[in-house]
Amino acid sequence: MSGSPNSASEAAPAPASPAAAVEPSAEPLNVLIVGVGGQGVIMVSKVLALLAQAQGFQVKQSEVHGMAKRGGAVFSHVRFGRQVWSPTIPKGEADILIALEWAEGLRWLPYLKPETGIFICDTKRIVPPFACLNRRPGAPLRYSRETPADVISQVGEGYAIDATQMAEELGNERAANVVLLGALSTALRFPAADWEQTVAKFVPKKTVSVNLDAFRRGRAWIEEARVVTPAVESRAAEAPAPADPAYRVRLDIVAAWCKSCDICVKICPERCLRLNAERIAELAEPEKCTGCRLCEWLCPDFAIRVHLEDISAMAADAASEGAPR
Amino acid sequence: MRSSQEAAGPTPAEAREVRPLTGNEAIARGAWEAGVKVAAAYPGTPSTEILEALATYPAEDLHAQWSTNEKVALDVAIGASFAGKRAFAAMKHVGLNVAADALMSQTYIGVNGGLVLAVCDDPGIHSSQNEQDTRIYGALATLPVLEPSDAQEALDFTKLAFELSERFDTPVIVRGTTRLSHTRSTVAVGERSEPEPRGFLEEPSKNVMIPAHARLRHGAVLEREARLKEYFDEAPINRWEPGEASFGVITAGTCYPYVREVLPNASVLKLGASWPLPEGLLRRYCESVGRVFVVEELEPVIEKEIRALGYEVEGKRYFPRAGELSPELVRAGFQEAGILPPQPQKSGWSGEPLVRPPVLCAGCPHTSAFMAVRASGARVSGDIGCYTLACLDPLRGIDTTVSMGSSIGNAIGMAKAGEPKPVVATIGDSTFLHAGLPALIDAVYNRADIAVLLLDNHITAMTGGQEHPGTGKTLRGEEAPSVDYEALVRAVGVDWVRVIDSYDLAVMYQALREAIAHRGVSVLIANRPCVLDPVKIKGPAMQVVTAECNACQSCMNLGCPALTWSDETFEDRHKVKIDQALCIGCTLCAQVCTIDCIKPAAAVKQ
Ligand SMILES: Cc1ncc(C[n+]2csc(CCOP(=O)(O)OP(=O)(O)O)c2C)c(N)n1
Ligand code: SF4
Ligand code: SF4
Repeated sequence: MSGSPNSASEAAPAPASPAAAVEPSAEPLNVLIVGVGGQGVIMVSKVLALLAQAQGFQVKQSEVHGMAKRGGAVFSHVRFGRQVWSPTIPKGEADILIALEWAEGLRWLPYLKPETGIFICDTKRIVPPFACLNRRPGAPLRYSRETPADVISQVGEGYAIDATQMAEELGNERAANVVLLGALSTALRFPAADWEQTVAKFVPKKTVSVNLDAFRRGRAWIEEARVVTPAVESRAAEAPAPADPAYRVRLDIVAAWCKSCDICVKICPERCLRLNAERIAELAEPEKCTGCRLCEWLCPDFAIRVHLEDISAMAADAASEGAPR
Repeated sequence: MRSSQEAAGPTPAEAREVRPLTGNEAIARGAWEAGVKVAAAYPGTPSTEILEALATYPAEDLHAQWSTNEKVALDVAIGASFAGKRAFAAMKHVGLNVAADALMSQTYIGVNGGLVLAVCDDPGIHSSQNEQDTRIYGALATLPVLEPSDAQEALDFTKLAFELSERFDTPVIVRGTTRLSHTRSTVAVGERSEPEPRGFLEEPSKNVMIPAHARLRHGAVLEREARLKEYFDEAPINRWEPGEASFGVITAGTCYPYVREVLPNASVLKLGASWPLPEGLLRRYCESVGRVFVVEELEPVIEKEIRALGYEVEGKRYFPRAGELSPELVRAGFQEAGILPPQPQKSGWSGEPLVRPPVLCAGCPHTSAFMAVRASGARVSGDIGCYTLACLDPLRGIDTTVSMGSSIGNAIGMAKAGEPKPVVATIGDSTFLHAGLPALIDAVYNRADIAVLLLDNHITAMTGGQEHPGTGKTLRGEEAPSVDYEALVRAVGVDWVRVIDSYDLAVMYQALREAIAHRGVSVLIANRPCVLDPVKIKGPAMQVVTAECNACQSCMNLGCPALTWSDETFEDRHKVKIDQALCIGCTLCAQVCTIDCIKPAAAVKQ
């Protein structure tokens, strides 16, 4: 790493300074890069850090990656300027927040400078297994419900970009982080050629050209979006916000027919059945039963019947009865 | 003697090559430049990359190895020091508990070749089981603890540590934290210079700790501490940065940049050595300023010492004792203390953040073990590794986790205490070799009625995929003998041993049931490589035949991150879909699917 990018910056045509380009003044510039393990957050931050260093800034890049590989939230702080003290960005002080995943972007929004911060977020949704824990009928996915329009209206400058989709279209989903680097590049005053050269250093040799395409695609998209209004009609806008219907599940177990074979207890995905003291099947944890009917279908003696009652519908009926028609 | 670093001063930074290095890489670089000959470690976040970085330097320069545990690693380093060579051991904070027995004697013995330990704390518990403060070991073992505040200091202090070690005849700890280890900044690097070789020093009264020798050595240790205090009184690594004198801040390590971030012009005493503390310097500083604040992470080590000197000092009153400090917390502390004006809370976005804990990987071989464990209805003592993540929903297959290797001892105790459920211990291969084996021998010896599930994924996965004595490779990637677990377990007297494939769920269920039914100690070895390390495994993906899926959610009990809900529903429950990019094709979901609608993607025509 010995300052070769300089030659590139001489060769590069002076970039048309984007309106919103920010640079460090007395205070360091703070860029927070977030996403999910395996998405390439650290690569984005390394490219930025190297570039800033090559421009002569003091740089600190800090991440916590103990759990990075296991699908947890990953974040990396990059700060650069004449003098950088803390390696971490204080809440409310990020000049730019780059998110490789939608809900991760939302998680870190409180770190963005409220009035002036720039928010660039992939609309890619990575739904963790935890979001699917409530499996009762009608239960909603526990994933952020905010639409890009909700969010963009609340930040200084915001872009919801379908980076993963763009990378897929270019033939390599893994280049999504480089699409975002392209988007980020428009917000900083580093020459485009330096960006590209640094990106090329960090990606596998075979993928240099698709990554450079990805970089340009991200860059072009933002520049276009600045002219038009920020593109909010992206995929994440379709995020369904279902009403939460409430169901009651009831099991009828005919004790006389149960022969204690234990099949239902073993097969129940919610593990909510057990054999009672008389070794008859019973619903031990009714609040967990989803009414999937596996026990009903698998009971060799037809001893179990599952009843699903939509109580929200019943409630709605009850309410509408009194209402004027 | 080589030129002392403080005397000559480091090579001027401008003249040296600069590189972006993490704190861990800088510590490794410092050890290499100091001419270290033998380095050993057991992995542990956030310290792991130190040895990995050292192993990138030429093998002719130094021997670098993974050890079975931290005590062995330290003993190896101690041996090299006895032999007259500079020696180094690295570990995470809790690793020092394992190595402490050796350290507490070695501090009496001192060193021949310089002996340095890099110990990385984890304030905030990013990936550990506690957040103990290593500086207290400095007090306990009466030896110096250096605390770098950034990567440059990590390099410089590590080099200095070797010099101090030899000059004062003491092991030296370089204490890092997660923030230091994993922050990258530019570092001016130097060249390697190996000290004059020293031979073994034949001096039993110093090297053999029998009571008669140890009594004398304790006196020498106390005298050493006095000399160290004197040294640190003037040493340039304790830096007095003058400022406005109405108040002063004493700080060390990674807290220093936080203090500077919020109080750029204050008077600061930055301690490079947080043990032993230089009384004279502290007195002079405290008398030169009005109020005295101490900003330190975790325990009030410095604060208590200053109070003991008779000064009024404010520290943990404003800066929390638990958790990691940050510029925000340091600012809030100084606001509360009336030093900084209160700042209006910046209002911003306040959405409910998504819960996204780390999970077992798609296709992780541990998954099936915990499906079986859960179904067995056993009481489960867990251990430390990726599989600890199985304590969370939906696998929820672990009842206790204490420390590395505890699972088997805990299981013995539970069984002996009459726990009504059958008792199962689950332990990973690396953890088993680290501290599980003595407990297994204990179980056999004491005829405990327990089942041990040895989760052999052929790697130390949790810390990022390190080799260990069971993997057949060394730290430098050379071929090595590998442990035969089945033979090992039989050799200590276990008569029920079976090796099974983790991807065969039915066999897993059945074998575990039999292991539990066996009276006495049984060991079930679940064998399948980790899907991430050492090679990323990716087989053909599976796919759900959506039209057939009855949304029973059986497969969702695996907690596989490739399995998620589709937008389609059946009786208002979500059907399942498989993320083709994530799925590695382990087929576990197909094995639990109640209606056989999960098939190889190639076989599905939707
Ligand atoms: C005393 C101590 N040393 C090191 C660690 C760090 N550590 C946590 S889990 C783990 C390795 C686990 O490996 P293994 O038992 O093989 O399980 P895997 O992660 O491969 O599933 C290590 C080294 C620790 N927590 N405590
Ligand atoms: S890294 Fe390996 S052992 Fe750890 S969760 Fe992933 S597959 Fe399992
Ligand atoms: S086969 Fe099933 S359980 Fe295995 S990785 Fe793919 S989706 Fe997950």
